[in-house]
Amino acid sequence: MSEPYVLPFAGVGRQDVGVAGGKGASLGELCRAGIRVPPGFVVTTAAFRDVAERLPDGGARAVEKRIAALDPDDHTTVAAVTASVRDLFTSAPLPQPLETAIRDGYAQLSERGLLDRHQGEAGPSPLPVAVRSSATSEDSADASFAGLQDTFLWVRGADDIVEHVRCCWASLYSVESVTYRLRRKLPEEGLAIAVVVQQMVDARCSGVMFTRSPLTGDRSVIVLEASWGLGSAVVGGEVTPDSWVVNKVTGEVLRRTISRKLHRHVADPSGRGVRVEDVPEGLQESPALDDAALRKLVAVGRAVERHYGAPQDIEWAWAAGDDQPFLLQSRPETVWSTRPAPPIATAAANPFDHVLALLSKPGARPGGEAPR
Amino acid sequence: MDTTAPRSFPLPSEIADAPGADGWQAMYPFFTRFQPEDDQRFWFYNAMHFPEPMPAFDAITAEIPYTAIGANSARVFVLPTTLGIEHRIVNGRVYITANPVTDPAEIERRLAEFQQRAGHYYGNWDAIYDAWKERMKGVIAQIEAITVPELPEFEDAAVVFETRGIAQNHYVRENYHRVLDLFSVMWHHHTEMLFLGYGAYLVFFDFCKKTFPEIPDQMVARMVAGIDVIMYRPDEELKRLARLAVECGVDDLFTDSGDPAKVLDALQDRGEAGRRWLDGLDAARDPWFHVSTGDGFYHHHLSWNDDLTLPFAALPRYIEQIRRGESLERPTQRLQQERDQITAEYRSLIASDEERAAFDQMLGLCRLVFPFVEDHKFYCEHWFTTRFFQKVREFGKLLRRFDVLEDADDVFQLQHYEVDQALADVMLAWASGGRPVGGSHLKPLVAERKRILEALKEWSPPPALGPIPEALNDPAVQMLWGITSETIQAWSAPTTDEREVRGFAASPGVVEGIARVLMNVTEIGELREGEILVCPVTAPSWGPVFGKIKAAVSDIGGTMSHAAIVAREYGMPAVVGTGQATKRIRTGDRVRVDGDRGVVQILDA
Repeated sequence: MSEPYVLPFAGVGRQDVGVAGGKGASLGELCRAGIRVPPGFVVTTAAFRDVAERLPDGGARAVEKRIAALDPDDHTTVAAVTASVRDLFTSAPLPQPLETAIRDGYAQLSERGLLDRHQGEAGPSPLPVAVRSSATSEDSADASFAGLQDTFLWVRGADDIVEHVRCCWASLYSVESVTYRLRRKLPEEGLAIAVVVQQMVDARCSGVMFTRSPLTGDRSVIVLEASWGLGSAVVGGEVTPDSWVVNKVTGEVLRRTISRKLHRHVADPSGRGVRVEDVPEGLQESPALDDAALRKLVAVGRAVERHYGAPQDIEWAWAAGDDQPFLLQSRPETVWSTRPAPPIATAAANPFDHVLALLSKPGARPGGEAPR
Repeated sequence: MDTTAPRSFPLPSEIADAPGADGWQAMYPFFTRFQPEDDQRFWFYNAMHFPEPMPAFDAITAEIPYTAIGANSARVFVLPTTLGIEHRIVNGRVYITANPVTDPAEIERRLAEFQQRAGHYYGNWDAIYDAWKERMKGVIAQIEAITVPELPEFEDAAVVFETRGIAQNHYVRENYHRVLDLFSVMWHHHTEMLFLGYGAYLVFFDFCKKTFPEIPDQMVARMVAGIDVIMYRPDEELKRLARLAVECGVDDLFTDSGDPAKVLDALQDRGEAGRRWLDGLDAARDPWFHVSTGDGFYHHHLSWNDDLTLPFAALPRYIEQIRRGESLERPTQRLQQERDQITAEYRSLIASDEERAAFDQMLGLCRLVFPFVEDHKFYCEHWFTTRFFQKVREFGKLLRRFDVLEDADDVFQLQHYEVDQALADVMLAWASGGRPVGGSHLKPLVAERKRILEALKEWSPPPALGPIPEALNDPAVQMLWGITSETIQAWSAPTTDEREVRGFAASPGVVEGIARVLMNVTEIGELREGEILVCPVTAPSWGPVFGKIKAAVSDIGGTMSHAAIVAREYGMPAVVGTGQATKRIRTGDRVRVDGDRGVVQILDA
């Protein structure tokens, strides 16, 4: 075993995508930057690789070959083959040190007890966590690859966590993931996935935040979206969230759109898994964030952007009764950052050449409103 | 463009006389009348400068500025893509259009001239502006020195013994003409540097909007605006007078309901202390009370010196603040820091170093020209123009003395050309020993025009006339009025919400409150603490009452107007340039002012 199977967030940074996956590396990096994230650990790609090596019927090489041979347009075969690969991962025997590492990680996490326990529970019960796939290609060239692998919320108890870690591994061979890789001719060799196990935030509201305008690319604004309950409703597009455009320089709210938020994702009453419920009538049209919360999120967004030195795409959650948000993920914004943009203006020989140029253009459209 | 929008606004020829206003045409010179061929062109209502129907005399505030603006843009600086601005008056409202240059060869030819001429001004800006201030002070001194002959029974003996050889009725005409001529000189100087000043602002604005598509206009304005601006001085003088009142122990005389004349009388009775304060007042009045309560385009926009109501309305509040031990100082250091911080942060968000270099150049140029852009109004629209109207009013007094007019202010119901004739009548009568015949002719005319003016106030002018242009490419129109193709589209679209008034977002924040519509600054005493001021124009002279109100809404004004700047300093939401707030909102309405978006909503009427 050359690499550890499990690493705490504090043990990884942004350069560790190969070990911790994009999500894990990002959470580690945020921890190092002093940003508040729910505590947790990463089940590294080494764990996945060791499991894959030991799979029956020829191990990882055999799986690679079977997948690479598929025709993405042959849905029936893709479905059948990927299902059998997924079965291998969900039933494969785990190396004892790996199983121990995951169970120990969870035990330590439970002891830390940094977060309030789920409300309304009778007596101590196993700490709820999120088990999240953390793909190694997520933060690199292709951001849209993110989200193709599964995430499981409100998982409790060491047995369930181990089962869901397996499910995350298996989700690398979901029909969507495999089809995506085949169509883009991405190599199957060396493919790996890490898994993040992280204490669950019982989110009163959650959402996303872009530190530049997704519509115009404007770097002087932060755009926030928020809705009631867990973030899965916003990310999954199941509700129209409230949205705010905030001036990054002054903190002023430039636009505010409060939507009718009909559904929310909450913990299932059993304490395990998620269910969709109607938002109580009184809450549907109230803003999911007040101005104070908005300001705190903007401050966090700016801190993260400063830390990375580039605009970010952030997921966050806010627990009931908490006075600060938790960040669940931050990745570099990729749409505008990679778009070629010719300079709007460059220095002229004389500053007033800019004016001469503007006033010399027929049909010049300076727009806006001039002083009088 | 929305296909349901009309392709044309009403044609000028389709505009009927406003009800009850037949004969309005005689109030204005023939050259302001719409011509049949004007139907082919696009005109817009200059609500920014002329928000109400023009009294006959006041039409000079269109005639002379357009003489000067056009001369400077078309002939003096030879702007490449535009000539001058033409204006027409219909139902008392001033409509304008610009003459663009579209032929590329012609633009090229003009550009060569423009580059040299504008380059000379930009290259020597500070020296030229310093000299400009001195020249303008000279022009003001000249108009202040003009006298209106008294026309006594016997001419001053000096005319004989100093062998002057010219009787003073001659100077009635000469001095009246001097007043008009100096108004023209002022406007030539006013527009001499203005285009270049605005040009610098526009180019920076353009760059900021392209780099930060969502940057609020007011943020661009804040990066550019000066902190130490002459237009703050009148308000500063009021604060000084408030301190002096407390110091002298006469502060009890200043109350919310105080009539300035009575307060002045009471001060006389306070012996040495009262005298000290009155000396302080006298020191402040010249020149700092020569501020118009409007924008300098109407005779009834009086100065603080003409009417002390506004400055005296601001004093009780300042005195109260001093008693409570609050500081009245403008936090200039904080404002400076804020400006620098905003600038530095936007600068740091620019994508590349080469663009940052361009930003630095453009901002530097703006800051070079902005002292002129911000301060010229004090010299021109305020100090000079309030003096100008005072002089004309003095000629009105002469006409009243000779029983040609009922009232001195009636002179403003005559075209300036007609005033010439009325004065000639008086000059002749004084010479001949007869009676002026003007009274029987002019008194009914004035009465009729006052009636017409009232009727014209009821008319709602269309925002524009004539066919919608394919592209609006005149930099002059965009610079001075902020009118773009988008504006025109918005005008032609039907109003979506009757309970919404839109304007420029001039100062951020959202508040709700009770509206107080003040059409005239003399009504300022009605304003109650915490109300939302709704007025035709928030001129700088209204600034001192800003501390009393929750938000300001105006018909006229832009994000760079002084009122907008002051509102931002007070941290008070403001929406300006709505065009119609005083018409749509009534005193007592509950309104929500959204200074972030530039929208006023009428909640309960």
